[in-house]
Amino acid sequence: MNDTPQFLGRNVFDLDDYSAEEILYILEAAQGMKEINLREYKKIPTLRGKTICTLFVENSTRTRMSFELAASRLSADVVSFQASVSALQKGESLQDTVYTLDAMGIDLYCIRHSSPGSPQLVHKYSGKPVINGGDGRHAHPTQALLDIFSIWEKLGSLEGLKVTIVGDILNSRVVRSNLIGMKKLGASVTVCGPSTLMPGSMEDIYGCRVEYDLKTALQDADVVMGLRMQLERQTEGLFPSLEEYSKHYVLSKETIKWAKQDALIMHPGPMNRGIEILPEIADGRQSIIVEQVANGVAVRMALMFLILGGKA
Amino acid sequence: MKTLIKNGTVYIEGKLIKQDILITDEIITRVDDVIKVKADNEIDAEGLHVFPGFVDLHCHLRDPGQTYKEDIISGTKSAAKGGFTTICAMPNTDPVVDNIAAVEYVQRRAKDLGFCKVHVIGAITKKLEGAEISEMANMKEGGIIAVSDDGKCVQNAKLMLSCMKYATNFDIPLIIHAEDYNLAGKGQIHSGKICSQLGFSGIPTLAEEVIIARDIMLAENSKARLHIAHISTAKSLELVRQAKLNGMKITCEVTPHHLTLNEEACLGFDTNTKMKPPLRSEKDRKALVAALRDGLIDCIATDHAPHADFEKEREFDHAPFGITGFESAFAVLYDRLVTKGHLSLERLVEAMSIAPATLMNLGDKRISAGNPADLTIVDINDLTELSPETTLSKAKNNPWMGKKLKGKVVKTLCRGRITWEA
Repeated sequence: MNDTPQFLGRNVFDLDDYSAEEILYILEAAQGMKEINLREYKKIPTLRGKTICTLFVENSTRTRMSFELAASRLSADVVSFQASVSALQKGESLQDTVYTLDAMGIDLYCIRHSSPGSPQLVHKYSGKPVINGGDGRHAHPTQALLDIFSIWEKLGSLEGLKVTIVGDILNSRVVRSNLIGMKKLGASVTVCGPSTLMPGSMEDIYGCRVEYDLKTALQDADVVMGLRMQLERQTEGLFPSLEEYSKHYVLSKETIKWAKQDALIMHPGPMNRGIEILPEIADGRQSIIVEQVANGVAVRMALMFLILGGKA
Repeated sequence: MKTLIKNGTVYIEGKLIKQDILITDEIITRVDDVIKVKADNEIDAEGLHVFPGFVDLHCHLRDPGQTYKEDIISGTKSAAKGGFTTICAMPNTDPVVDNIAAVEYVQRRAKDLGFCKVHVIGAITKKLEGAEISEMANMKEGGIIAVSDDGKCVQNAKLMLSCMKYATNFDIPLIIHAEDYNLAGKGQIHSGKICSQLGFSGIPTLAEEVIIARDIMLAENSKARLHIAHISTAKSLELVRQAKLNGMKITCEVTPHHLTLNEEACLGFDTNTKMKPPLRSEKDRKALVAALRDGLIDCIATDHAPHADFEKEREFDHAPFGITGFESAFAVLYDRLVTKGHLSLERLVEAMSIAPATLMNLGDKRISAGNPADLTIVDINDLTELSPETTLSKAKNNPWMGKKLKGKVVKTLCRGRITWEA
């Protein structure tokens, strides 16, 4: 009997294409990868001869580095395409860009783009597997996987956990993917933020709880995740000032008391210290924010390994 | 020249009855149970339906200026294939049809080269900029049937009031594309469940409704003749219903896509589900169908909006709004509404021919002696299969490409001349 999930050649557009069993399988693979990252010589030859392209049409240094490190540690060749210095700036279409890259023999694409659905386009144009590194406000499955991995590693399971995500829910792709993934693994998620930054129909779509009051939202939470609050939202007329936002939604020593005593504190970064989270919490005993970054490399290695059929 | 159409099921005064039709040159000269004359051309319509030629109040022919998307020849050919004999071209070309010279250009090209009758709609404001009133009276002399800033919407209420007063002065109807720019923002699709899920900026129903409410009030004040283009929400319908109950002369149209698709069509990121107004919720869609049935919605219009492949084949939020509509209109509505029992064939035909012509004074389109021989012959048992290879439009941006739909236009006659034959 062979019940091992099959990943060869699959896309990672979002987590809705993956079952709970498959997600757990990825987490276990990531655990193995994490061990490699702790070695003195952080490299295995498993993807030698494969070429991975990081296609970053929207700038993101951290995520791109994480993907590229993951690929290098598996011995894949990495080519990096950045929109800011590329033909896309000269008006070349995404279609032509992908045709050009594909002609050079790419085996796997990791894409970051401001347009929802663009990973699907890259797959359509190339026929190659695509890992979504964030498409607009739509999805960010590798971030969700590393968040889930971080919780799973600390607490053993997500089953029955209460996770509260606080901040600009409207503009967060991280939230959308986490809602899908965490629910599959049995966690119940509460999203919290001002009503102007809360998309409609969240309960219907994701089966989550929506709260506008931080105290209510944090009640009994096992995990608390803060989101980056951007100043642009103020000029868009969605809230009056960062100061007022902070007063009502900041994760601080005082507000964290409303959650469970040992609740894990997370943040996908980059943080605005002093706005959505205070240093005392970001750097505090309960925080796993730095570990999240380390886990990001491991999770991305696991996906690349599984999709390209690396040999264990 | 005499043409005789034998044994067809003919739409006459709201009924479908077996009749023969005799055409002499461009005019219908006799409609009767049985006509026995020697004709130069006899069309056997046994098993087929004969309808008044379809009339479209809302299309974009992209000529002048964007003829890589469509031009008057390809656009009218495509219209004829869809059974249309009369269409009305929106002014958002390049340059904009906001002066009599541009009106005359479109009319002359259509008269010389077109495959159907083309009426011109002029701009409400110069260059559609929403800043100054266009030369409506001159354009009216040139033959425009209405004014519209379609694709754009006059945001300034004071200017809109002036435009309405001025248009009314010269007895020109205004066709309203209702969209509040601030509420619509950078919206890509309907602000609803699917939008929340896909992470797009949304276009709320309010963006349409606040402008319709405003324009109804402005029209009440100015006595303007308003026609609401591509109405898309349940609440908009309530606003129009109330205005009609108050005795205002206000009419509205709906597109085939808003009647048959909802926001869920956008789930696959197909840019051919992206248009303005966006595909709304299922609740809105059902309200539109009910309103078309009960006559609150006066007619159907395609909003045929051709775009080149390279424009639509890209990231969803970078693609332009709009889809083609001529060749899919009848089949989509017949297949999705009539065969499913949501709409009668008679009402569909009425709303695609007599009704739009009547409300814009485009002439008597009934199938009766003395009227122009503009006819659409349909086989309701045959299938329409849209494909990029066979479409006559230059554009292929249509969500029903590759789909098989029941109901096929087999022949179109415009002024007695066959303009399309399957």
